[in-house]
Amino acid sequence: MQYPTNIEIIRVPCTGRVDILHLLKALEDGADGVYVVGCEEGDCHYLTGNLKARKRVEYVKKVLEDLAVEQERVAMYNLSAAQGPRFAEVAREFTDIVKGLGPSPFRKPAAKAA
Amino acid sequence: MIIAERKPIEEILEMVRAFKKILIVGCKGCVTVCNAGGRKEVGILASIIRLAREKDQNPIDITEETLERQCDPEYIEQLADTANDYDAILSMACSVGPQFIGARFPEARVFPALNTEFMGGALEHGVWAEFCQGCGDCKIHLFGGFCPIARCSKSLLNGPCGGSSGGKCEISKDVDCVWHLIVEKLMNDGKLDQLTQVKPIKNWSTSRDGGPRKVVREDLKL
Repeated sequence: MQYPTNIEIIRVPCTGRVDILHLLKALEDGADGVYVVGCEEGDCHYLTGNLKARKRVEYVKKVLEDLAVEQERVAMYNLSAAQGPRFAEVAREFTDIVKGLGPSPFRKPAAKAA
Repeated sequence: MIIAERKPIEEILEMVRAFKKILIVGCKGCVTVCNAGGRKEVGILASIIRLAREKDQNPIDITEETLERQCDPEYIEQLADTANDYDAILSMACSVGPQFIGARFPEARVFPALNTEFMGGALEHGVWAEFCQGCGDCKIHLFGGFCPIARCSKSLLNGPCGGSSGGKCEISKDVDCVWHLIVEKLMNDGKLDQLTQVKPIKNWSTSRDGGPRKVVREDLKL
């Protein structure tokens, strides 16, 4: 299964562990895009973890809107842990979306020049 | 508790536009409980401001701090060593906080990051409603346990107005008519006659109408 190498994967026991601050810090630290991959809705082992994650992604989308930045830079995807090919497909899909948007406007000038 | 909400981002960014080094101070009291100004919200606001300033290529240095509360001088005192090191201090407490900080550190530029709204409680996780207006003369026991001052749009004391329909207040379908609730409760308890008892008119001097208030406990003063 091939997927782009520009993705930094951070594993969590449940996407309910992902906080708004994690998404914002990723953008602060230079990520051009951040996406959360959680279980299918209704299949969360902890019942509502993935639902909370979606709400938090929506919150960060709203923050990006307030800052006049493309909301597509953060996204939530739902798939089963058994769906390897779909995971790779999502990775390619999101990478293409963010490539289309260009580098993050939050990048520090030195990083932009590099 | 006191319910407050963070101000819109544009308003906060405008407040700190001219500054290079700021302190954001949170509060572990009411605003933590209503998810407006606790340690987590301080972190989120700091991150958002840094992102906005990076985008404008006008970086800002932000220090984050959260006090136990900002409504007691001994907690504000904890800022003494550093308060004057910053171009501005953004307080994420209810409005009492920035006032206390400003009073203790008169040379500091202090800004409120929240809009303080009302005294209330949680209806469900993430939803808070107004239950008390601080009238200073609580008589909810005469109204089946409901407060018509805070929860009636017109603060009526004699019964529902013509705008009560289907148990809702005419101002919004999301607002219950508290008089509907009062009457139903007293009917269920067989105590509807309580509402027919003539009561003296409300003394509003104990409310904000009488001017800014103070409570003094002589037994506690040192």
